[in-house]
Amino acid sequence: MGKEKSKSGPLARRPDNSAFKQQRLPAWTPMLTASTVLPSFYLLALICMLLGVWLLLTVQNTQEMKVDYTEAGSCNLCFEMRKNVSNAGQKCTCMIMFSIEKAFKGDVFIYYGLRNFHQNLRRYMDSRDDGQMLGRKSNLKSPSSYCKPFDVDEKGVPIAPCGAVANSMFNDSFILTYYTINGPTVVPLLRKGLTWYTDKNVKYRNPKMDNLTLPEVFEGTTRPPYWQKPVYQLDPFDPNNNGFINDDLLVWMREAAFPNFKKLYGFLYRANKPFTKGLPAGNYSVAISYNFPVQYFKGRKEVVLTTVSWFGGQNHFLPIAYLVTSGLILLTAVVLTVVWWKFGKDGKNMAD
Amino acid sequence: GTLTWRGNKYSLDNGKMLLRGCILRNTEWCFGMVIFAGLQTKLMQNCGKTKFKRTTIDKLMNTLVLWIFAFLICMGVILATGNTIWETWIGRGFEMFLPWTKFQIGTVFSGFLTFWSYIIILNTVVPISLYVSVEVLRLGHSFFINWDVKMYDCQTNTAAVARTTTLNEELGQVEFIFSDKTGTLTQNIMVFSKCSINGTIYGDVYDEFGHRKEITEKTACVDFSYNLLSDGAFKFYDNTLVEAVKQKDSAVQEFLRLLALCHTVMSEESEGKLVYQAQSPDEAALVTAARNFGFAFWSRTPESITVCEMGQVVTYQLLAILDFNNTRKRMSVIVRDAQGRIKLYCKGADTIIFDLLDPSSKDLMHTTSEQLNEFAGEGLRTLALAYKDLDEEYYDVWMKKFLFVSTVLENREDQLAALHEEIERGMKLLGATAIEDKLQEGVPETISKLNLADIKIWVLTGDKQETAVNIGYSCNMLRDDMTDVFVVSGHTLTEVQQQLRKAKERILSLSRVSDARNDEDNDIFADDSVFEEAIITEYALVINGHSLAHALEPQLEIVFLDLACLCKTVICCRVTPMQKAQVVELVRKHKRAVTLAVGDGANDVSMIKTSHIGVGISGQEGMQAVLASDYSFAQFRYLQRLLLVHGRWSYFRMSNFLSYFFYKNFAFTLVHFWYGFYCGFSAQTVYDQWFITLFNIVYTSLPVLAMGLFDQDVNDQNSLRHPSLYKSGQNNLLFNKRQFFLCTVHGMTTSFLLFFIPYGAFSVMVKEDGSHSSDQQTFAVTIATSLVIVVSVQIGLSMHYWTAVNHLFVWGSLAMYFVILFAMQSDGLFGVLPNIFSFVGAARNCLSEKSVWLVILLTTAVCIVPDLFVRSIRASLFPTQTDRVRQLQQSCKRQRPEEQNLRRACRTSSRRSAYAFSHQEGFGELITSGKNMRTSRVSSTCSYERTAPSSKWIENVIKRTNAVSCISFGSPNKSIKRK
Repeated sequence: MGKEKSKSGPLARRPDNSAFKQQRLPAWTPMLTASTVLPSFYLLALICMLLGVWLLLTVQNTQEMKVDYTEAGSCNLCFEMRKNVSNAGQKCTCMIMFSIEKAFKGDVFIYYGLRNFHQNLRRYMDSRDDGQMLGRKSNLKSPSSYCKPFDVDEKGVPIAPCGAVANSMFNDSFILTYYTINGPTVVPLLRKGLTWYTDKNVKYRNPKMDNLTLPEVFEGTTRPPYWQKPVYQLDPFDPNNNGFINDDLLVWMREAAFPNFKKLYGFLYRANKPFTKGLPAGNYSVAISYNFPVQYFKGRKEVVLTTVSWFGGQNHFLPIAYLVTSGLILLTAVVLTVVWWKFGKDGKNMAD
Repeated sequence: GTLTWRGNKYSLDNGKMLLRGCILRNTEWCFGMVIFAGLQTKLMQNCGKTKFKRTTIDKLMNTLVLWIFAFLICMGVILATGNTIWETWIGRGFEMFLPWTKFQIGTVFSGFLTFWSYIIILNTVVPISLYVSVEVLRLGHSFFINWDVKMYDCQTNTAAVARTTTLNEELGQVEFIFSDKTGTLTQNIMVFSKCSINGTIYGDVYDEFGHRKEITEKTACVDFSYNLLSDGAFKFYDNTLVEAVKQKDSAVQEFLRLLALCHTVMSEESEGKLVYQAQSPDEAALVTAARNFGFAFWSRTPESITVCEMGQVVTYQLLAILDFNNTRKRMSVIVRDAQGRIKLYCKGADTIIFDLLDPSSKDLMHTTSEQLNEFAGEGLRTLALAYKDLDEEYYDVWMKKFLFVSTVLENREDQLAALHEEIERGMKLLGATAIEDKLQEGVPETISKLNLADIKIWVLTGDKQETAVNIGYSCNMLRDDMTDVFVVSGHTLTEVQQQLRKAKERILSLSRVSDARNDEDNDIFADDSVFEEAIITEYALVINGHSLAHALEPQLEIVFLDLACLCKTVICCRVTPMQKAQVVELVRKHKRAVTLAVGDGANDVSMIKTSHIGVGISGQEGMQAVLASDYSFAQFRYLQRLLLVHGRWSYFRMSNFLSYFFYKNFAFTLVHFWYGFYCGFSAQTVYDQWFITLFNIVYTSLPVLAMGLFDQDVNDQNSLRHPSLYKSGQNNLLFNKRQFFLCTVHGMTTSFLLFFIPYGAFSVMVKEDGSHSSDQQTFAVTIATSLVIVVSVQIGLSMHYWTAVNHLFVWGSLAMYFVILFAMQSDGLFGVLPNIFSFVGAARNCLSEKSVWLVILLTTAVCIVPDLFVRSIRASLFPTQTDRVRQLQQSCKRQRPEEQNLRRACRTSSRRSAYAFSHQEGFGELITSGKNMRTSRVSSTCSYERTAPSSKWIENVIKRTNAVSCISFGSPNKSIKRK
């Protein structure tokens, strides 16, 4: 069975007396008993407690404001209008008033939120062509079959960007206005730098230009059926924010894990007064260009304003979860201590 | 049949048959013709069928995999139903963004497709790689057995060999051991160890204070160098006997003379040395002893025996040999010495001899009898020796009667026996001999260890009852403190039945009495199944072949088995190879216990094949047993290491391995199940495809393999020192259905926490720079990272023995995860195949977030703490034997543990006698007829030259025919030697 060894002699077949073969490798043999794990329990409870308190304090300093505009105020009309598919081409704007009681200090982020929108369906998530959006010419003209039925239009012209994800892109836009004593001021929003660096620079690229303009590059393709504008005209103000590297498109293309999600729309430009310190308290309105239909899937739309902390936006789950965990660990630690005190302190149970 | 050769006819009858597996004695070679070969031999016919052996865990594993499969289908059905409902109520509204394809024609059909999608996604819950890993582990364990230097025998230069790689963990669950005796428990070497001459014991060694000393390797032997004829291999430790011989003590001389004369040994000379060929090793031992003490048996002819007495050659005229048989239990020779006196020398079982003694030796008889008890208590085989002077006339009369009776046709046996008894009456006692049937090294220790481990050892031997019982005593299987030893030796079915019933009733009635006292406070024990355990007193059962044949009949086998299992020791003697297999089969069938058979000879092959595990001792009796066995080694004592160390470890490792493996797969896979409720049951995977592919192969395979290969709860010394640790394997405690259920529930809980903690955090999560991070890819990376960390910590908790390899594998796997994660999500790979490596940048963006690490930390803590809590509280409140021994091991790690010495207790026994002879009758007749004498060999001095040329001639014949095994013939005078 074993290896035939070349050496001969009376002990020729004697196995090696090595630590490995004799299973005597030096080893660390930890024992899990109440006394050994107790310190780690208390330590863990302490860490969780400290983290929880710290997180809770941090979260207390962040602010969040949600404005559901699905059917609110004048948006009700738009909501009714979008119910009819034939009105898809018509524009509809509405306005919602809201007030901020406490000033948002620091950077303020504006999100659009969707509820009950399933970006995480398997067929939906697959319905995209990363090769096309990387700027591959071949994929541009013949999109992947995953994009079906949004790969080519009725005439057989390839759709760019293809697939259900791109096709369903969120296309409401917001104008935020602040009402001061002097009259309304439009809140300046930065609509750039909304994406991950890797998305903007690695994952999505426009096709090679070769001295052509963007519309020329996209010639021979058509816009997704639900879009009003082709992909190279998404941002009318900044020509560099068009095509497959448009920020809004990129934000949308990063599919949300759950049906309720919020995606970054823009953030507050803090160069000028009165917004240098954030959003001051007062009355605001948001003017919505109401395009995205949600009534089909019983969804809701909202605008979310928040400030962020060192661990992201307002997130009550983490501090509470940490505090609860800490409490539970402490409880088990106490139980263990009692057990250890009563039974295992001097190895009473261990002795035969 | 007849054989015709060169015109001569030779009859071929039973007496000329050599069966396969026989060993040639008394002759160096013989010619033979193979008539039935291969499957037709008696041995092969007795062999039984080879079975496909599988372990209990294997079978359990198959069941569990089926269960898991059913569970998988259940999940599939639940999710498919969910999908149908979801598509009906919610999915329809979403059709605008995600139109149905041409395949998807309805919600029910969509559910049907989802079912299969989920079967594919969740298939990782069925551990396919488990089988491969299990085989790898077993191979590793087999190699550890092969490599074990403590199971290597220097004398025969054989290491232990695991001949199969599939049964290792079964070694940790053995409940019954069936052992052969000769060659397995004993070395089949008889040693003349003590004697009592005229009431004086020789053979014990005393120190200066008069205490008896244990005889060890170091004890000085008696120097026999003065005696030119002495055999160097003979060892005796008591000098007083030599002194007595030198002082020409007449009783001692007579005693030794008897040993030199009364036997059926043949002598021959090879390489200038006197060599004895005896039918039984007992006789050889006795004759050799006489030879070393100066009474060397030199040669014999049909009419004479030549003995070299203290350097003088004396020839005795051999008048008659009254041979041994089973009823007589003695043999005598009648010789006429040089002075013309006629003497009868007799040796035999003490009970028989004592009845035949002359009243004058009554006092001596009492002393000798006590001494015999002492010998027997030490497990020695005893013989009483006596002699009688005969006068000429008496002998002549007797001889005439004897010759007459020899020719009588009717009732010859009985008349001969009566005649023998007549002349053997009125003998004078000389003394007694004690022969040690040398046990293999360490047999009593091994047996007592295995007994402590609750392993029942049954000895199945072809030997006689007396011999078997004797060995039972000498290897501690039978003890004097046992309440009762039942001997079943009935010849008919009813007899056997009665004996079995009686024995069982006795056991039950006795233990009822003891049980009744405790009856008030525990009624539970009244129940009969628990009853078996409650028996405190020890019983033993001895059953012989005839009775066994009846006991194995269908109507009796249950009674037999019940009784046998109530007894601590079972000895079956005079059993055929087939019966050995039947006994094993009986236990296998009715007890659902793991059986192990150990043997060394061809006659053990059938039981080796029938039992769950067959162990072959690679001894003198050829390779038959080894070839049929699953494990083989050179010494019986290695069995304890094989079972208590290797077997226990194997079982322990395999159990931990399986528990962890199932846990890991459930924790990994069920996350998809929970995700189904949030993604419209659309069969969306949580993880990256690459992670799913690599999780079982790369990220988690090595640590669990390291655990399965190297883990030890208790080191080998302590495993041997605390045999009770072995019981967890027999009771199947470490891995059973309950354990499986627990580890799957554990896995499910982990998957639940793994999913819902990130879910809670993610639904509201944004990055520090405000960009959203609640996307599916970030979620996937977070959960995957948590999962890898949690299962790594979990294996860390399961590991008891962290060698460098374990560290390397655990930390290496974790590191490997991160390396591969970043590699798979790197720009370069994405550039090559954008659709396959679409997770580009996810890890970089996600793992640079503090919030993600907070989630991972929280998940890990929440998943690990409950398990840690349960483990530590169990170790503190309900410590198992293992925990205790581990604690002990930890506390005395510094002190070098010394080997515990389980010495054979010196017993003073009340047991009577055992007769040493194991040979059959008829041998004496052969000698007196001269049939087995070489015709030319009157004096041994010239025999050497005579035989030498003839053997050359034989070699020529062999060369010419060139086929020894097929057919070869001896010359007429040589054919006598075939016997």
